[in-house]
Amino acid sequence: MVTDILMPQLGESVTEGTISTWLKKPGDPVTKYEPICEVTTDKVNAEVPSTFDGTITELIAKEGETVEVGQLICRIEVSGEEAEEAKAETPVPSEVPKPAANEKDDSQKNRYSPAVLRLAQENDIDLTQLTGSGKGGRITRKDVLRAIEEGVGQSKAAQVTSAVIQEKPAEAEKDVKKEAVKPATDSGNVLENGDIEIPVSGVRRMIANRMVESKHEAPHAWTMMEVDVTGLVELRHRMKKDFQEREGVKLTFMPFFIKAVVDSLKEFPYLNSVWADDKIILKKRINISMAAATDDALYVPVIHDADEKNILGLAKSVQNLAEKTRAGKLEVSDMEGGTFTVNNTGSFGSIQSQPIINSPQAAILSFESIVKRPVVINDMIAVRDMMNICMSLDHRILDGLMAGKFLKRVKERLESYGPDTKF
Amino acid sequence: MPVISYIDAVTQALMEEMRRDSCVFVLGEDVGVRGGVFRATVGLYEEFGPDRVLDTPLTESAIVGVGIGAAAYGMRPVAEIQFADFILPAFNQIVSEAARIRYRSNGDWNVPMVIRAPYGGGVHGALYHSQSVEKLFTGVPGLKIVMPSTPYDVKGLLKAAIRDEDPVLFFEHKRCYRLIKGEVPVEDYTLPIGKADVKREGSDVTVITYGLMVHYALQAAEKLEKEGISTHVLDLRTLIPLDKEAVLEAVKKTGKVLIVHEDNKTGGFGGEVAALISEEAFLELDAPVQRLCGPDVPAMPYSPPLEKEFMLNPDKIADAIRELAEF
Repeated sequence: MVTDILMPQLGESVTEGTISTWLKKPGDPVTKYEPICEVTTDKVNAEVPSTFDGTITELIAKEGETVEVGQLICRIEVSGEEAEEAKAETPVPSEVPKPAANEKDDSQKNRYSPAVLRLAQENDIDLTQLTGSGKGGRITRKDVLRAIEEGVGQSKAAQVTSAVIQEKPAEAEKDVKKEAVKPATDSGNVLENGDIEIPVSGVRRMIANRMVESKHEAPHAWTMMEVDVTGLVELRHRMKKDFQEREGVKLTFMPFFIKAVVDSLKEFPYLNSVWADDKIILKKRINISMAAATDDALYVPVIHDADEKNILGLAKSVQNLAEKTRAGKLEVSDMEGGTFTVNNTGSFGSIQSQPIINSPQAAILSFESIVKRPVVINDMIAVRDMMNICMSLDHRILDGLMAGKFLKRVKERLESYGPDTKF
Repeated sequence: MPVISYIDAVTQALMEEMRRDSCVFVLGEDVGVRGGVFRATVGLYEEFGPDRVLDTPLTESAIVGVGIGAAAYGMRPVAEIQFADFILPAFNQIVSEAARIRYRSNGDWNVPMVIRAPYGGGVHGALYHSQSVEKLFTGVPGLKIVMPSTPYDVKGLLKAAIRDEDPVLFFEHKRCYRLIKGEVPVEDYTLPIGKADVKREGSDVTVITYGLMVHYALQAAEKLEKEGISTHVLDLRTLIPLDKEAVLEAVKKTGKVLIVHEDNKTGGFGGEVAALISEEAFLELDAPVQRLCGPDVPAMPYSPPLEKEFMLNPDKIADAIRELAEF
C-alpha cells in the first residue's frame, strides 16, 4: 500500500516550504515520526517527520524546490497494520446516480426571472416558443439572449416587421425596426383615430383566462340535435298564468330543460364528470351550472343538487340566481361546485352555438331558440315548434357515441311533454 | 516589473511613504526591533529609528488612541493591530473618535490615520488569530475599509490610504502574505480607494468578493472553464466606500450573482451588496442572489478538519457557481 506524503503546515501564515535536504532516499526504511527531509520556510527551518512505518518508494520534490503546503513531496510503501489504516483513509468514490436523461423535468418552464421578462419584452420575444436550458427547463437570461441573436421566438408583430425589413440593407435594420414597431400597442394592434381603448376589467380578465384555459386544455368536440318541443310549448302556454299566480314564480322553459338534463345525467354518469389528468372523477352530486349574462359579463351560478328538485324547485332556483346575477349579488358559494353547464342561448335568438366547456367539467349544453318550422311527420308536412340543442364535450372524457346517446335521451324527455302532462 | 509577495508590498509601501513624508510613522506591538510578527515592518526600525517606528505596550486602545491624537495634530500614523482579532479593545477609539471627529467638529479636525490589521483564517491560527472582523466596522460611517487581494493592489491602496485625509482600516489577509505573489511596478503609484476591479471577465455567473477569496474564486473559475462555465470575478478591493457602479455593472454581465466572503454570513457585508443589487438591479437578475460565507459559529476552530470545514475553498466556491450556472 503506497501512501502519498504531503508538505505539512509548518507554522502560521506559512504556505510553502523549500526542501533543503532529503534525509532518505528511495528504498530506505522509515519509522513513524522519523525525519525524512529538512524544509526551509520564511519563518522556520524544520524537519518533516514520516507519518507511517514503511519504505520510501519515490521522492517527488527535488532538493531546492519550493513546494506549496499540501502538495505531494514523496511516497511511502506503508508496512503492516498501518497499511489497512492508510487504505481506509483513501476516500471511496461514491457513485452518484445520475438522473435518467429521458426524464425531462419541465417544472420551471413557466417561471421567468426579472431579467428574462425584461429582455423578452424589450425585444418582443415570445417566451412560449423558447426551450429552457436551466434547471427544470427554466428559460435563462442566456437562452433569451441567444434567441434575440438568432431571431428565434419573435412574437407575431415583430415577425411581420422583420419580414419587411429583410429586403432592406442590413445597416438600416435597427432603425427601421424601431420605426415600424412604434405605432403598435403592446399586443400588436394598430390604433387609428377615433378608436377607443377599454381597459380590461377583473371579471373580463377572469372570463378571458378561463375560456383560453378551457379551449387550450380540453379538446372540444361538438354535436347538435333537433328537438320537437311542440308539446312542451303548449303545456307551458296552458300552465304559465296559473303557475305564476299559484307559485309566484314565472314559468319558463329553463326548468324543463334542466330537468331533462338532470334525469339524463343519472343515466350517463360520464357526462357528470371531471378530467383530473391521471383519472376521471364521476361526480355523485349533480350541480347544474347555468350561464347567466349581464351586459358586460357572463356568470355561471350553480343550482346545487338539481336532481333533488322538481320543476317548481328548479323554477325558483333559476329565477333566484338570475335575479342575484343581475343585481350583482352572487356569492362565492353560488358559483362553486358545478358539474355540468346548461346555456339558454335561445333567449337572445340564437339557433345554433358552439359553447366553450366550463372547465373542468365534461360538457356544456346549449338550448337554442324555439322556432316554428315545417317538419315532415309520417310523410306529411306539419308546422311544429322546433329547437336545436348543441353540446360541446371534452373529447378526453367522452366519445361521440356516449354524448349522442345522452343527447338523444334529453331530446326524448323534452319531446315526451304534452299539453296535459302533470309536473 | 519585479514579482514580489503580498507582504513585501506592505513593507515597500510603508518604506516608500515614510521616505516621502516625514509625518508618516508606524506604531504597534513588535513592529520595531522585531520587524513585526509577520515581518511586515522589517527594516523600518533600522532606517527610521525608534522615533518613527514605535514599539507599543499590548494595549490596542492606546495604539489607536495615540494614533488619533497624533493624526489630529497633523501626523500620519500607521497603526498596526498585530491580529485583527485584537482590534476589539480599540473599537471604542475607532468608532467613537476616529470615525466621528471630522463630523463632530464640523470639519475643523480630521484623522488622517491608517489602521493595518492582518485578518482571516486557513493558517491554523485558531480562535484568536483567524477572525474576519470587517462587518463590525462596515456599518460605521466615517471609516474607509480597504481589503486588497494582490500585491499590486496592496501597495497602491496602502499608499493611497496613508495619503487619505480620513481614517482607513486596512485589512490584510494573512494567508495571502506569502502565498500570493505578483508584479508590482518600481515607480511610485497609488490606486483610488472606492474602486473595484474586474479580475476576470465571464458571462455565466458573477462572483463578487474580496481578499483571499478573490484567489479562490479565480481558481474555481479556472476549473469551471473546462466544464464550459464562464465566471466573472469582481474584486471589491474596498468595502467602504462601496463601488456601486462596478457592482451593478458586474450584475449586468450575467444576471446571476454569487457573493463570497470568509466573514460569517449573518450580518456580513455580502448582505449589503445583495440588498444593493435587489434595490437597483432587480430587472437584471436571472437567479436569486446567493451568498457563500463562513458559517455562523463563534470562531475559527483549531482542529484541522474543522478548520477545513469552516474555511471556504475553491471547490466549495466552484460548487456554488455551478449550481447558479445550472439554475
